Amino acid sequence: MGHPTITSRLMFKKILIANRGEIAVRVIRACHEMGIAAVAVYSDVDRASLHIRKADEAYPIGAAAARESYLNIEKILDVAKRSGADAIHPGYGFLSENAKFARSCADAGVKFIGPTAAAMDAMGSKTKARRAMERAGVPFVPGTSRGLESFEQAEQVAARIGYPVMLKAAAGGGGKGMRLVHMPQDLKSALEGARSEAERSFGDGEIYIEKAIVNPRHIEMQVLADEHGNTVYLGERECSLQRRHQKVVEEAPSAIVDADMRRRMGEVAVRVAQAAGYTNAGTVEFLVDQQKNFYFLEMNTRLQVEHPVTELITGLDLVHLQIRIAAGERLPFTQDDVQIRGHAIECRIYAEDPDNNYFPSPGKITLLLQPSGPGIRRDSGMYEGWTVPMDYDPLLAKLIGYGTDRDQAINRLMRALNEYFVGGIKTNISLFRRILRHPDFRAAKLDTGFLDRLLKQNDDLPIENLESEAKAAEVAVIAAGVFAALGAATGERAMAGSNSKAASNWKSTAREEGVQ
Amino acid sequence: MIYNVTINDKNYRLELNRANGRWSCRLDGCAMEVDAVLVRPDVLSLRIGNLAYEVKSERVAGELYLWVGSQRYAAEVRDPRSLRGRARDIDDRGPKKLTAPMPGKVVRILLSPGSAVEAGAGVLVVEAMKMQNEIKSPKKGTIQKILVSEGAAVNAGDVLVIVE
Repeated sequence: MGHPTITSRLMFKKILIANRGEIAVRVIRACHEMGIAAVAVYSDVDRASLHIRKADEAYPIGAAAARESYLNIEKILDVAKRSGADAIHPGYGFLSENAKFARSCADAGVKFIGPTAAAMDAMGSKTKARRAMERAGVPFVPGTSRGLESFEQAEQVAARIGYPVMLKAAAGGGGKGMRLVHMPQDLKSALEGARSEAERSFGDGEIYIEKAIVNPRHIEMQVLADEHGNTVYLGERECSLQRRHQKVVEEAPSAIVDADMRRRMGEVAVRVAQAAGYTNAGTVEFLVDQQKNFYFLEMNTRLQVEHPVTELITGLDLVHLQIRIAAGERLPFTQDDVQIRGHAIECRIYAEDPDNNYFPSPGKITLLLQPSGPGIRRDSGMYEGWTVPMDYDPLLAKLIGYGTDRDQAINRLMRALNEYFVGGIKTNISLFRRILRHPDFRAAKLDTGFLDRLLKQNDDLPIENLESEAKAAEVAVIAAGVFAALGAATGERAMAGSNSKAASNWKSTAREEGVQ
Repeated sequence: MIYNVTINDKNYRLELNRANGRWSCRLDGCAMEVDAVLVRPDVLSLRIGNLAYEVKSERVAGELYLWVGSQRYAAEVRDPRSLRGRARDIDDRGPKKLTAPMPGKVVRILLSPGSAVEAGAGVLVVEAMKMQNEIKSPKKGTIQKILVSEGAAVNAGDVLVIVE
């Protein structure tokens, strides 16, 4: 299943990437690999961002606030027209799952690289998706497939399916409008809370109810469908490590999924995609309980952040395939050709402060040392000297480790994390070291509560490290002296810096002594 | 040269001299064999005996940190004869400045000038990347001055409030 050189007359000449950060860079790279020109767009605070440095053309589209720029359909389509782009890749987030945008692209005669607006509509509302899937015989968590009409109805359904139950916003995502309810007496306030949060976040207060699966795994299946009726699955991703309902570490394959379970989940995922008339790359998410029963959760109608782990274990390039499918090509392989080989794990590197409850930590990157070597892939949107803007999701890069098996993948990732250094801002790199050395992670005992439990514990360095700890402190002392003696860059730059304490002390003392 | 070095609140006395490209070093009176190469700004390749270390230097909002492997150490270096050492002594006795830990927007000011404040009490709230962060007073005292207003954009290290 090699990828022949693109010779198709129908292949795009120029693609606009309606996104920023690492994913924009990822798509630009795919364009260049395929001989396609890449058009970038940027907001006022992103002029110096990496995706602009990598692109062939770049157009400003407005203020930092996303609705003024990256979410502004009119401005993006205007750039498509001015640049002569024949297709738009939306990346993930922003307009990627916006059916109105997909429709506007079609109306403007620009190919949207993703599913049709109709398929997005079918999947965009979780209750609508659920009804369509019920008809296709897809397994569901027990609950309602329509929005709740009243508190009384919620009470009846909850009593029938049994507590604990989960209230969810039909238009939801990212954990907004979600409430876990353990007791009947908590149902009323939870329903009101979920409804008002859903109204505020999505402009839609529709809430449905499901049986809550306690400590489930979150496992998703990658699918790919061309525009000629061929749909395949590319294996699962284990995404159970989440915080605030956001994924933090993902891996493929899942340690609990064997060939038979993979085939069963894959076939369900393909049915889901076909029921929605789905085309291009998509992901079907499942909750998996402790007995390995899997339930359809939702379909993400876009390329996922964590797509690289699937690429590494299948040897496929999902962005290339997305582009080829959008250009009208047939899938260049069949289900039987898809082979899984090795193991891959991804860490999402965020600009977050681990000492301050993982609050975002934007700012200037003063020093950047990046890992490489065997089995390491780095999809990054940052560079040394760049100032991380405070206006967007703080994802800086994805570090992915690949190995013959899970242990080797973990060991390579750990080695690479130790090589990674981002100076000037705080990052969550230390969190991944904690996760990767945790015995439960090593044993692949994962569930969606893992990370919250880990974060409640103190960082538990083993006792035998105390001696090397003291040694490391001595190394720091000597290094501090050497840096000072060399008048090394740090010191001199700090002196020149405007808001550094050292500089102001130095200046004020100099002034005082000058007066004397 | 003699330096007083503080690493994670512990004090060390370091004697460090360089002649003909070779370092001689005594840490708290104990001789150490040191060889150092600045491989790029802020990155030191250090040999102590035959053990090799890469040490990174980072300055955030005026504070110095050194990284040995993946371990971060808050560092302070004072040359007893230098201007800076003396200046810092004065500085520590004076009023405390609250600085912005990250760039963002001031969304709320919780206290007004002249009001009493406890150590650890929230003084104002800064928002960045849709997250709100309460800036707390480092000591018990009085709010002497508030240098920002609600809605103001601030950079990391900007002085927001002075507590006396």
